[in-house]
Formats: sequence, structure tokens, C-alpha cells
Amino acid sequence: MEVYALLGFVLILSIYLGLELISKVPSTLHTPLMSGANAISGVALVGAIVLGGEGELQNILAFLAVMFASINVFGGYLVTNRMLKMFKKK
Amino acid sequence: MNILENISAFQNLIYIAASILFITGIKMLGKEDTAVKGNFLSALAMLIAVVITFLDPDVQVNPYLILAGIGVGATVGSLIALKVKMTSIPEMVALFNGFGGLATFFIAWSEFNSVPDNTFQYVLIMLTTYIGGVTFSGSIVAYGKLSEKLKIQKTSIITKFFTTIFYVSIIYLIYSILIANIFIPPFDFFIVLLALTLLGGIGFVIPIGGGDMPVVISLLNSFSGIAAAFAGLLLLNNVLIVAGSLVGASGLILTVIMAKAMNRSIGNILFVGYASSPSGSKSEETGEVKPINVSDAYLILENASSVLVIPGYGMAVAQAQHVVRELGELLESNGTEVKYGIHPVAGRMPGHMNVLLAEANVPYDVLVEPDDVNPMMDTVDVAVVIGANDVVNPSATEEPGSPIYGMPIIEAHNAKTVFVLKRSMSSGFAGVQNPLFFKENTRMLFGDAKDSIGGLVSEFKE
Repeated sequence: MEVYALLGFVLILSIYLGLELISKVPSTLHTPLMSGANAISGVALVGAIVLGGEGELQNILAFLAVMFASINVFGGYLVTNRMLKMFKKK
Repeated sequence: MNILENISAFQNLIYIAASILFITGIKMLGKEDTAVKGNFLSALAMLIAVVITFLDPDVQVNPYLILAGIGVGATVGSLIALKVKMTSIPEMVALFNGFGGLATFFIAWSEFNSVPDNTFQYVLIMLTTYIGGVTFSGSIVAYGKLSEKLKIQKTSIITKFFTTIFYVSIIYLIYSILIANIFIPPFDFFIVLLALTLLGGIGFVIPIGGGDMPVVISLLNSFSGIAAAFAGLLLLNNVLIVAGSLVGASGLILTVIMAKAMNRSIGNILFVGYASSPSGSKSEETGEVKPINVSDAYLILENASSVLVIPGYGMAVAQAQHVVRELGELLESNGTEVKYGIHPVAGRMPGHMNVLLAEANVPYDVLVEPDDVNPMMDTVDVAVVIGANDVVNPSATEEPGSPIYGMPIIEAHNAKTVFVLKRSMSSGFAGVQNPLFFKENTRMLFGDAKDSIGGLVSEFKE
């Protein structure tokens, strides 16, 4: 149980850090921030790799999780990059 | 054993490095000058975290299966991202977000099958399943709505059916958490939860109207992060927790910004919507509407020394951003100062107008926010409203009975002259009549925004 207390602490601290870091975002960047953050949520890929893998169903689930998380990661970062490249100063 | 322990310690060190890169990346993503680099750093963090996880000898899933999954995902994701038209970005973001949610949904499912050790894990599995699943099916519905492939009336029977399922799914989730673990039911309750979760997600988003989409999109974005963070708790993986929490926080901030920009609570947006019956104080604004044609509008614009363009969803629909930029350039070479007033909830997602204008090569430093432009509105000669409605509705400041009263708006009515480009006299998303159209200083330029602006452009070129 102790490990959960520790990880819960990491969770709360990270959320707080996120709120502090991003509180003032110019509206120009609302979409790229959302899209970039979205790509980060593809970190589920790491979780998919460490799944327990015995039996057919488990392998299918792991494969699907890896695949969908990868779409999220690659698609998310590339779209964000494409979008950001469009923003120009005068 | 010793070596394995060392690897695990090393892996954790790398995870810390990746977490720091994620944090730096998302921080830099919040500033114009550093955003590209920030996105790159966060991608680097992802690469490092994935590689070090994959190299762990404890990994049980067949490595070839993992590589195949990454290969397919990378190909599909990259193809979509590079082929998609810039104007379809809102729905693409929704789609990718849904896939992230789906991945956590499968992770939670897999963890359930490998039998949770304790109650805490069990509860986490239920929550991760639910949030991940709702994120997926909700995002798919959002994708359908944004790409206009899915058109369902709020009052239709389908909407009511799925909305009911959504409430049922919440009750079933509570049942699964509190009761199903103790009094084990005679049926496979988890499969039922999986199904209800996916159907419930549809019901969560389906009743929400187009104008409220920016809030939903931000919220679903936040959910996908929270689901990843919960999956991290489940798998005891700290980089998942840190990265997921950052996404959860950034989505939450955007949600709050959007809700504030509409002066409504998040609960009101998600579960109530605008009062459907036009309330008692149905604006008795029945004054004369004064239409104008392109050549008269041109004459006024030609003599203006400052012009403020206020775009809304109508500009996106008409795909008018390129002609708008062209008109802006012609005005500038004519000595007119041109700015763009961007309301945070104009369009269908946070920053929608900014992306469209950036795509048309409008530099971002001529885009101004309501707070900056409202105080100097009386110095604006012509405010050109292109397909925006509720965000310039003066009822929000003048009429306490109005459903949108209190919403911060761009006070276009205070400009010397207002041009409203509009297809017809229909009211905006909120279903509220807009007194701006009847003001003394307003001229209506009816027709397709792209055609009207195009007409102005050719007048300038002559």
C-alpha cells in the first residue's frame, strides 16, 4: 500500500505542476497545446508494453493497446508540428 | 537478481529524465517562440521512455508483437497527420485523442484479466476502464460532429436513448466499484461494464451542441491524460503518472478558459445546454435591418483608417480565411490598420480561428483578444463580423434576461460602423436573437462569406 501513497503523491504533485506551468497560455496556442498534450497522452504506449502477456486474449489486448497508443503518439506529434510551423510573426 | 535490480534502477533514472523533458516540453509549448522546440522535446521524452521500457528484460509481451503494433500505429498515425488538410485539424485532434483513450481502455481490460491483487487496484481498473472508454467513444462522436459526418438533433430519440445509457453507465460503474467485487454476480459483469462504458461515452457527447464543442474537446483531452495517469498508478509506472497528469492539467485549464469565455459553469454546458425555449424577454428588437451591397461596403472600407475583423465558425464553414487574408493585405497597402479580434470560443475548438488564420498566413501578432480590443473599440472605423454571432451579441452586456447575459463578448457594436457578413437572419448557436443586426451603425452584407469578401477583394484590385 505504501507504494500507492508515494505514487499518489507523484500524481498530485504533477497535476499541480501542470496547472502552474500552463495557466497562462496565449489563445494562439490553444489548439497546438491541446494537440501536443494529446500526443503526450499517448504515453499509454509505455503502459501497453509492460502488460502481462499470457494467453491469446492478453496478447491481442496488448497489441491493440500498443497500436492505438502509437497512432496517438505519431499522429499527435506530427500534426502539432505541422500546425506550429504555420504560426508566423509579422 | 542483482543485474535485474540495477536495470530497474537505471530504468527509473531514465524515467525521471523523460519526465523532466515532458515537463520542459509542455512548458515551452505554452509560448509562441519556443513551441516548436517544446513539441520536439516532448516527442524526445516519449522516444526515450518507450525505448527504455521496451529494452527491459521483464517485458512479457512478445517483442515482435510490440514492434508490429508500433509499426502499424506509426504508419497509420503519420499518414493521417501528414495527409490531413489543415482545416480538418479539429476533428483529427479529437480522433487521436480517442485512440489514446482506447489504448488505456485495453490496458485496464488486460489488467483486470491478470487478476487484481487488492481492492485499490480493483477500483483503479474500474475507473481507468471507464475514463478510457468514455474518452474513446466520446471523442469519436466529437470527431463525427466536427467533421459534420454526424448530424443528430438534440431532441431526437437517438440522443435521448444514448443520454439515458450514459446515466445507466455511471450507475453501473458505481455498482461495479462498490458491490460487484463483494457479491460476485452470476454473469460476467466486467464485459457489461466494457459495453456500457463505450455506449455511455456516446451519450456523454451526443447531446452537446456545436457551439459548446470547444469545452467538450478540452475536457476529453483532459480525460485521456487522467486515464493514462491512472494506468500509471495501476502499473506502478511513474513516467505514465507524470505525463498523464500534465495532460490532465492542461486539458483542465483549457476547459476552464472555455467555460469562462462563455460565462457558464462546466456542469451547465455538459448537462443542461442553453435553455431551449426562447425565454420571456424575447428581444423585441424588431428594428430595421439595413442591408448593404459589396460596392458600397468597399467605399466605406476604402476610407477606413482602422478595421477589425471578427471571425466566427461561419468563416470556417465558408473556408473564407484565404480571401480574408487577401482583403487584409489590400487594406494594409491602402494605409488601413487591420487587426483580427479573436474570441476564445469562436469556432468549434479552442484556438480554432487562430489555426485557420495561421493556415492562411496571417501573422499571429495582429490577432487580438477581447480584453485588449474592447477598450479601443470606439477608435475602430469598421468592424467586419464574418460568420460570428453569439460572441458579438450585445445582449450579453445589455440585457440581463438574456440566456447569454454575462458572457464576455467582443463589443463590435461600439465600433463606428459594423459590417455583418451572414447567410441569413437565423440566430446563432445559442438560439438568441442578436440586437447587433438592428443597430443604427450596422450594415448587413448577406451571402456566402467567401463570395462577399472575394467581391470586396476584386473591388480593391480594380
